[in-house]
Amino acid sequence: MNVIDRYLADFEAFAGNGASGAPTWLTQIRQGAIARFAALGFPTTKQEEWRFTSVAPIADRRFLLEHAPRSPLPAPSDIDRLCVGVGPRVVFVNGRHAPGLSSGAALPAGVQATSLAAAIGNAVSGDLAREHLARHAGWHDSAFAALNTAFLADGAFVHVPAGVTLEQPLEVLFLSSGRPGADGPTVSHPRSLFVIERGAEAAVVETYAGLGDGVYWSNAVTEIVVREGARAELYRVQREGPQGLQIATTHSRQERDSFLGLHVLTLGAALARHDITTVLAGAGAELILNGLYLLSAAQHADHHTVIDHAQPHCASHEYFNGVLAERAHGVFNGRIVVRPGAQRTDSKQTNNNLLLSTEARADSQPQLEIYADDVKCTHGSTVGPIDETQLYYLRSRGLSAEAARSILTYGFGAEILDRMRRPAVRERLDRLVRERLA
Amino acid sequence: MREKGKGETGKVLLEVRDLHASVEGREILKGVDLTVRTGEVHAIMGPNGSGKSTLAQVLAGHPAYTVTAGQVLYEGRDLLAMAPEERARAGVFLAFQYPVAIRGITNAYFLRSAVNAIRKHRGQEELGPVEFMDALEEKLRVIGWDSSYLTRPVNEGFSGGEKKRNEILQLAVLDPKLAILDETDSGLDIDALKTVAQTVDKLRRPDNATVLVTHYYRILTHIQPDVVHVLAAGRIVKSGGKDLALELEEKGYDWLRTEAAVA
Repeated sequence: MNVIDRYLADFEAFAGNGASGAPTWLTQIRQGAIARFAALGFPTTKQEEWRFTSVAPIADRRFLLEHAPRSPLPAPSDIDRLCVGVGPRVVFVNGRHAPGLSSGAALPAGVQATSLAAAIGNAVSGDLAREHLARHAGWHDSAFAALNTAFLADGAFVHVPAGVTLEQPLEVLFLSSGRPGADGPTVSHPRSLFVIERGAEAAVVETYAGLGDGVYWSNAVTEIVVREGARAELYRVQREGPQGLQIATTHSRQERDSFLGLHVLTLGAALARHDITTVLAGAGAELILNGLYLLSAAQHADHHTVIDHAQPHCASHEYFNGVLAERAHGVFNGRIVVRPGAQRTDSKQTNNNLLLSTEARADSQPQLEIYADDVKCTHGSTVGPIDETQLYYLRSRGLSAEAARSILTYGFGAEILDRMRRPAVRERLDRLVRERLA
Repeated sequence: MREKGKGETGKVLLEVRDLHASVEGREILKGVDLTVRTGEVHAIMGPNGSGKSTLAQVLAGHPAYTVTAGQVLYEGRDLLAMAPEERARAGVFLAFQYPVAIRGITNAYFLRSAVNAIRKHRGQEELGPVEFMDALEEKLRVIGWDSSYLTRPVNEGFSGGEKKRNEILQLAVLDPKLAILDETDSGLDIDALKTVAQTVDKLRRPDNATVLVTHYYRILTHIQPDVVHVLAAGRIVKSGGKDLALELEEKGYDWLRTEAAVA
């Protein structure tokens, strides 16, 4: 049996067993998604979008679906260590909700931070889930999003009702045990749906982490909808294990006059690919897409971003920085589409990569597709070692060459961290970055 | 504010002897001699391309320049054998003509790191963020800045004038023995120039010295130099009192070229 057929067989077993009790609309989506996965198959480096990233470590191996959290469950201290704060959190182990490790403390009335399985089963939130789930992230053209959607059974569901302001960030933690099962390495399909209603204000921290150092695959999909006039910050922290493989799809949709700060911090996994699609679907929306990847050893991380200016008077500012040590390889592909009629678009993109060794590598590709005439779009990218002039400037002020190098390297991270608007989150992530660079 | 009595001379702080330096195989300095004593202000003037900035950068230790001959003694030590950071810690400061921007690092963090590197070298206690801010407040006031400049990344998005003021702020904070100002006056409007000049003047003491590298006479009306040198084609072709600066302002540099050629 080839790899694709195995997943199809797994799906048959899943549909007949683990997925029972799902509403018809969901089973229909799953059926569509598995068919799409079968048609697409795993991408190869012959495809332009995958030119720099081989998914052979995933396609050439059999990964077994995790059905339930295996015992022993992670310790609460692991959860505390991996969370940014002490606020409300929804925790998943190998893709399945772990209520015992979660805490819903101090949520304002009407705010939901729960498991998707629970939300789907509820009359009111079930309608919300039906309205948005799998409606945004494009499983029609991504084999990975399709496979995640086919096996969609649980995940995180956050709903912030209109006009509600959340002071404390909500946390969603997807943990992988990072230990192979009895029959080999496992796969989980983490899934998130965040809906921030009209005029609401909220921050969500979504952390992916691996506890063990074995081979596993995490195939995540996140959808976030920011409705009219709402202000949202999504912090996405990837700390998968050293042999972890992560493929992720993040899709945002913004309505009129909304703000979204989408912050990405990529630290973990042997192989990581993150497709981010942001749609500015209402006039006057503003997006900050802000990412940092710090890689070492033979880590490979590929960020493919699309900013879709579908409506006029929107602003998008995208900044991705990479710090690549040893034999690490960073890939950035940033596509900006300005649709016909999206006049007065203001879009800026930069990608700066710092190479800390001669064996490290970075590939940076901007792609601008502009179909409107009254727009302001700029882009720029750099790849190179530490700047000698900067190094000399710092040394001329008394700093040792080593201290100067360390400051300049940290600067690549600090520039991204500085755009994070929640001080508590920023400080925590700043510590992570410093630890990583130390 | 400082009176230098006749015959009263400071200690020799810097001694440059027959200095030759090149960049990318091109010789720029062709035998510079210069002696700077404590308590003195020297102005080094000269046309574009004469080697003024090269001299300043060689003294600070810029890695792109190669010294091919000559010697530089700073407090009797071989300056050229010292790394840029060792020179800074020993009290040499260069205000850059083109200050360098550093993304992500705030001015406050940068300044504190520099101060602490030097304090550590001197065996002094390092300053924490709060103590440092207290110490900085007065220096900020002197250059006419509020603390908002401290939270901005180093020189990132600064105007030309702001960058120059930032160099002077570093000068005030690091309090060197030998300050070399490389065309700090160019590109400044009259108010900024005054602020910069007043700050530099206030920092003058009997135990330190300043070398002003400048293309223009303007700044010398605010900071009175003790000695004015003219650098042309990589050599000091004439030295004199502050009147020489005025003479250069009136006659330009061409007459010196002729004179040097004749000599």
